[in-house]
Amino acid sequence: MTLDSKIPGGPIDKKWSEHKFHMKLVNPANRRKYKVIVVGTGLAGSAVAASLGELGYNVLAFSYHESPRRAHSIAAQGGINAPKNYSNDGDSVHRLFYDTLKGGDYRAREANVYRLAEVSGSIIDQCVAQGVPFARDYAGYLDNRSFGGAQVARTFYARGQTGQQLLLGAYSALVRQMDQGSVKFHERREMLDLVVVDGKARGIIARNLLNGKLESYSADAVVLATGGYGNVFYLSTNAKASNATAVWRAHKRGAFFGNPCFTQIHPTCIPVTGDHQSKLTLMSESLRNDGRVWVPKKKGDARPAKDIPENERDYYLERLYPSFGNLVPRDVASRRAKEMCDNGYGVGSSKMAVYLDFADAIKRLGRDKIFEKYGNLLDMYKQITGEDPYQVPMRIYPAVHYTMGGLWVDYNLMSTVPGLFVLGEANFSDHGANRLGASALMQGLADGYFIAPYTVSDYLASTSFTPAPADGPAFKEAENTVTASINKLLGIDGTKTVDEFHREFGKVMWDHVGMARNKEGLKKALELLPKIRAEFWKGVKITGNAHEINTELEKAQRVADFMELGELMALDALQREESCGGHFREEFQTEEGEAKRNDRKFAYVAAWEYAGAGKKPVLHKEELKFEYVKPSQRSYK
Amino acid sequence: MKITLKVWRQKDQNDEGRFVEYTADHVSPDMSFLEMLDVVNIGLVKKGETPVAFDHDCREGICGSCGMMINGRAHGPGRGIATCQLHMRSFRDGDTIVIEPWRSNAFPVLKDLMVDRTSFDRIMQAGGYTSAKTGGVPDGNAILIPKPVADEAFDAAACIGCGACVAACPNSSAMLFVSAKVSQLALLPQGQAERTARVQRMIAQMDEEKFGSCSNTYACEAECPKQISVTHIARLNREFVASQF
Ligand SMILES: Cc1cc2nc3c(=O)[nH]c(=O)nc-3n(C[C@H](O)[C@H](O)[C@H](O)COP(=O)(O)OP(=O)(O)OC[C@H]3O[C@@H](n4cnc5c(N)ncnc54)[C@H](O)[C@@H]3O)c2cc1C
Ligand code: SF4
Ligand code: FES
Repeated sequence: MTLDSKIPGGPIDKKWSEHKFHMKLVNPANRRKYKVIVVGTGLAGSAVAASLGELGYNVLAFSYHESPRRAHSIAAQGGINAPKNYSNDGDSVHRLFYDTLKGGDYRAREANVYRLAEVSGSIIDQCVAQGVPFARDYAGYLDNRSFGGAQVARTFYARGQTGQQLLLGAYSALVRQMDQGSVKFHERREMLDLVVVDGKARGIIARNLLNGKLESYSADAVVLATGGYGNVFYLSTNAKASNATAVWRAHKRGAFFGNPCFTQIHPTCIPVTGDHQSKLTLMSESLRNDGRVWVPKKKGDARPAKDIPENERDYYLERLYPSFGNLVPRDVASRRAKEMCDNGYGVGSSKMAVYLDFADAIKRLGRDKIFEKYGNLLDMYKQITGEDPYQVPMRIYPAVHYTMGGLWVDYNLMSTVPGLFVLGEANFSDHGANRLGASALMQGLADGYFIAPYTVSDYLASTSFTPAPADGPAFKEAENTVTASINKLLGIDGTKTVDEFHREFGKVMWDHVGMARNKEGLKKALELLPKIRAEFWKGVKITGNAHEINTELEKAQRVADFMELGELMALDALQREESCGGHFREEFQTEEGEAKRNDRKFAYVAAWEYAGAGKKPVLHKEELKFEYVKPSQRSYK
Repeated sequence: MKITLKVWRQKDQNDEGRFVEYTADHVSPDMSFLEMLDVVNIGLVKKGETPVAFDHDCREGICGSCGMMINGRAHGPGRGIATCQLHMRSFRDGDTIVIEPWRSNAFPVLKDLMVDRTSFDRIMQAGGYTSAKTGGVPDGNAILIPKPVADEAFDAAACIGCGACVAACPNSSAMLFVSAKVSQLALLPQGQAERTARVQRMIAQMDEEKFGSCSNTYACEAECPKQISVTHIARLNREFVASQF
């Protein structure tokens, strides 16, 4: 199979409008006859379900949460980008396009990134109309802040709870359609398989988490907006339930997996305190607007921060990157922090942390202003650590945060399985090898409000469908597969809990497939990971049965899939013999220790095809062509 | 630290339910309350018992999933935090902690500490939105909203839909939750067109869901993790009265 990205012809700034013009349309009176399944109701899923419902399609939405408002998107803090140029500092669609492509270290598709930048302005308008209370100035105009990897202020925000407000906006659009009867929401349902009939995605098998029943749903198209897979590492900033099951099972049904190894490590998270740690908490990147990152100049300096005089502090980001300073992109900030700690300059009791200091900002702007801008974040920090960040600098350390990789999609956001669309963090998307801050919310909503409603309609209008009833053979086969795997898990009755296996697996991933990777470590991971997986299938202990609320069983299935995906990530990281963005191969770095790309050999998207259990997956390559931006060594100096 | 737990165990909606006692050993003060329960659950699974079921996800006080009565208080001791933000440093070695689910007719218990809060979604569905369709809306700056207004709307919009207000209220009233949404949209220009219908429909749905009525005890505000103010209830009442004319 050859990969066709379906990028339309014409100049980059006309591609999307031309493409839309040439799309086939479904007559409004006929839309009701088409059924579309949307799995996931975070930002991307809620937005697309609401928008398709408004158009008049018959939408079935699913989530393992009790309500769409619980999705992981709710936790996004810092903001959302849009090139409105309200700040009059020279922003434009082209600049956002350029920043995003460069920030992604030239491993994304130009045409997609341009379209993202192009539609992002409308997102802000849409959210405002829904009643999202973005920050405003006294005259009533929208306020902006700046984020890493950009020299303009284009980030819109709602205190430190931007994701919450955007999701509640999308949720309100969704409940409106539920109210009108065009969307039916199925809560507490976990998709456990994709059903493919005659080569097209035609339905899903979902488990009702309240009674364990497997339910079959058929439709004309399936949209996955099921989020990222950062939890493969066990510890991450993702919500506890975030998982890869939907995308992984779709992968096994034929959807290629794009760039699985591209993981983002966020530089500013609260450090680990002990073995009981269940997740990590992010401190928004927006804090780097006013907070200054530093470590003591002296190795192993154990003095409290306040006793270390100014001239004995190393504000290393400002020193190394004078023009971007504390606002260098995430991958750069994370690696430098790790390097500082690895070299013995770390602070705090674990020595695995650096300072993020607000003292200067408080002096300059006053405590009130800092409270207003970051109050809830600083409170959260205090709540977790018991330390007051207005008095002592915060301690931060990088943590897994976001996955740029995901199911491969073409320009229409359709995967390699016709009729299966993938949106939001779940697709391999527009962020290349590194996502810029405030761009995930932008992408999820762009996909959901402004791209998929068009491309899904086009697909429905231009495809002829044969009936695929939910009791047909393909559905039965999928249901049997799921039942067999659940029974197998419950039948093991081993000695170790799911969490213990997950932790062990995650540690190997973090040590060898984490922030810095090398050939030897990756090979080691590829030895260790299958061993842990085999032990899991022999030794996991799950209590309870399949016909009741069983949270251990839910976790076990997710972890089983993580274990397969983790291996693919290691394999992908091994084949990519270059460093780019968040993928740092220690063998490939510049003299200054920056990521060294190899455009001649690796300017491609790695799209992996599932080849069957125990078989080596097949690598397909989508060449990336750069016509509008010339790839250069990223420099933030 | 060593802690004794009295946890409500209820197999399913039909089960009567009862308290069961567990001991949590080696509790570190840095653990979060939910991490302490994780450790207890690992112990239970190892013994072949079913772990205590509770809803949770973000574990940073924003998704609204978690929620339990801890020693009789919604989300436990501490102000302005959800259960997941509670840390064991708030307790002392040797303490006994009683843990129960939210109690309300409108929130049936599903299992152990998990309840069904979809009644909240149905209230939202009854007009808790502006009818803005995708596309075809004006520029964000075409609608001017002075900072104090935007800030007040934000304060209301910060509600995480956890249900602590209902659980804390002696009457199981959902007024604080409903008022947060009504107030947010009543304050903003975008919410004006549907203002009257919204408040009437949401109140009607609230009544249908069997939430109790408000008798101004303000227990809701005291336990709300987002410290949503009861002044929003006052605005809701004004909106409702005004909508009758
Ligand atoms: C702490 C934190 C802060 C962040 N801050 C920012 C920020 O400031 N700016 C920014 O741009 N980005 C930020 N991000 C990233 C951003 O929040 C996410 O990338 C984005 O919200 C993902 O949205 P989504 O709609 O793709 O998926 P999600 O919000 O993760 O939603 C996934 C949905 O899929 C459902 N689901 C998943 N699997 C299944 C299944 N098998 N069956 C049924 N349902 C399923 C879930 O129930 C859920 O409804 C942040 C991320 C974190 C972790
Ligand atoms: S008003 Fe407060 S207590 Fe009630 S649901 Fe909202 S956040 Fe929870
Ligand atoms: S787990 Fe999300 S608010 Fe507590």
